[in-house]
Amino acid sequence: MVHALIDGVLTGSVYALMATGLTLIFGVMEIINVAQGIFVILGAYLSYYLQQHFGIDLFAGLLITIPTMFVVGIVVQRLFLARLKGPEKTAMSILVTYAISLVIEGILNIAFTVNNVQLNASYTNKSFQVFGVYIPYIYFLGFLLAIVLLSGLYYMLYRTRFGASIRASLADQAAAALVGIDVKKVSTICFGIGIAVTAAGGMVFGATNAFNASTSYDLISRLLTIIVLGGMGSLAGALVAGIAMVTLEDLVGAIWSPVWSTMAFFVVLVIVLSFRPQGLFGQQSARAA
Amino acid sequence: MKKNRLAFRSLGAASVAAATMLSMMSASSATPKPHFTGAPIKIGISLSLSGDFSADGLAFQQGYQLWAKDVNAAGGLLGRKVVLDIKSDASSPVQVVTNYKTLISVDHCDLTFGPYSTLLTLPSAETVQRYGYAMIEGAGGGPSIFQAKLPNIFDVTLPVSYDMAPFAKWVSALPTATRPKSIYYVTSNDPFTQPVVDTAKKLIGSSIKSVGYTVFPSEATDWRSIADQVAQAKADAVVLGSVDVPTVSAFMQAFEQAHYTPKVMIATAGPDQGSSFIKAVGAKNADGIMVPNTWYGESANPLSQKMVSEYVKQYGGSPAGVNADIAEAYTVGETAVAAVNATKSLDNAKIIKWLHSGAVTNTVEGTVSFDKIGENLSQIAYTFQWQNAGTKFVQVNPVSDKKSVAVELPKNAWGK
Repeated sequence: MVHALIDGVLTGSVYALMATGLTLIFGVMEIINVAQGIFVILGAYLSYYLQQHFGIDLFAGLLITIPTMFVVGIVVQRLFLARLKGPEKTAMSILVTYAISLVIEGILNIAFTVNNVQLNASYTNKSFQVFGVYIPYIYFLGFLLAIVLLSGLYYMLYRTRFGASIRASLADQAAAALVGIDVKKVSTICFGIGIAVTAAGGMVFGATNAFNASTSYDLISRLLTIIVLGGMGSLAGALVAGIAMVTLEDLVGAIWSPVWSTMAFFVVLVIVLSFRPQGLFGQQSARAA
Repeated sequence: MKKNRLAFRSLGAASVAAATMLSMMSASSATPKPHFTGAPIKIGISLSLSGDFSADGLAFQQGYQLWAKDVNAAGGLLGRKVVLDIKSDASSPVQVVTNYKTLISVDHCDLTFGPYSTLLTLPSAETVQRYGYAMIEGAGGGPSIFQAKLPNIFDVTLPVSYDMAPFAKWVSALPTATRPKSIYYVTSNDPFTQPVVDTAKKLIGSSIKSVGYTVFPSEATDWRSIADQVAQAKADAVVLGSVDVPTVSAFMQAFEQAHYTPKVMIATAGPDQGSSFIKAVGAKNADGIMVPNTWYGESANPLSQKMVSEYVKQYGGSPAGVNADIAEAYTVGETAVAAVNATKSLDNAKIIKWLHSGAVTNTVEGTVSFDKIGENLSQIAYTFQWQNAGTKFVQVNPVSDKKSVAVELPKNAWGK
């Protein structure tokens, strides 16, 4: 049970990191980015490429992959998403980002084939012991990475001028524009940030799971569930829901049976949404934050 | 800018012209083209080119394409060219049904070959049956397929419930000193996998003490906590019911992180995917891992050797790295050729009748012959093991088979 609890917290934080981008994008732009899963896998493949061809360490490679994914995000937003306007924007964004997802999946399948790969380094299969429990370095480092990046995001949102612009856009885009905030620019940069964090999430995911481009389908369903539970648009919600989801699944698996793990989580999701349709940390709280 | 565009267009046109000339030159200097008569024979296939089964789906596609290429090079089927009409089902049991309906009623395919996995084969076979089509397939061997008692299904590969027999017999018969003292069974609830593990459990019985039996959902994507449970039991042997490489890889990684090395570890699927498996887990970690199957790339069967040689020539790699899916798909094609040639017809009713006649076909996977419910019981189940630091994939069971080499026992520590 202790194992399951630790596994849940360590793994859940990485899911939270991946979901953070998704919730940030929805919060600011009201875009449901169903391509987030394939961006995570793209981030994993970038780390794989740098390691295989240039021998760059997985964590050091983030210095290249995070800015690269940021640029990818900016380009995608400018080319495809900036054009979405009007009341159908959110619904249309699902179709557009799904199309983007399919295109990236196709490119990845051609570039890397559909054979599964996994990121390997000297520390990916090693662990250390704390009070009789083995803690894998990669999960621990992934947890630290998630904490650092989420803290960085939090700092940016609440301690910088740009963060204030984002929060203003989160609360009310029209009002933000009226006080001189360039909402378009904020949206573009937010999308870039939302995609940039997938580089980190993808690297940790790829070091703990064998993957190919199709793995993105499993990922996106989990990420969407996390932000629905946490409250769409809420960073804190993504963190809490990410950890809660994996921990609950692991605990049910350990105490009862893994067969019921997923169902148990969805039961909790239904109960929470019955009482709080806006999710744990709701849209209002995020937009008001 | 405009000038640049023109330059690019000219360059493009020149490239196309050069490529066309080159292809014409190579065509004229190659072996003479077979002369086909009549319209091509269309074979409809739904494959998982994306989704959970995409790695296997692609391997199946390669196997079918390799077979079609060979058949056409040999003059086609009934003198007609064979054309594959492949649609992607994204590993979805719903989409696969739509695909076969389209392949038959819209694309007017003459024959249908099976998709990948038991999960997708059953709804596919039920669908094509309504149109009177035969479903010859190589990856739908779970009990649910045969329990349906469909008259039109023909699985060229030995039913999976027989897969574990050689392993179970071997491990149960080991001398007490070397026999594992405890065993853990952990499996996905996939209709292909769970019956394989359950059969192994039944066959091994009380000869080895079972210290755990865990079933996890096939849609699981995070196996770490399940693998941790298994590692904590510290069983000497682990039987893992897996459907793909990521599952096996996750368990192996979690075991290593938990400093747990089982003396014996067998997984139902994944380690048979050749280089795809090695790429994911690393060659040294693969050492000692076992997998049941009816075929492997270094089989002495001359038909198999020919196919493997062609495959390696076309796609690269080594015989040991050739995915067993390739052979299964190729065998489907060989069986269809035998049926069409024997009946001299594309009439599916005649083909179904012939396939049920007990006629024997020699294929890359060995002999193929069907009983009343479409099972091919004429093949032999083997157990294979990655050895020599993960560089060799060898047959280790049945022990009575002269081609079997000694099992590496106990399995080396991870990465050694």
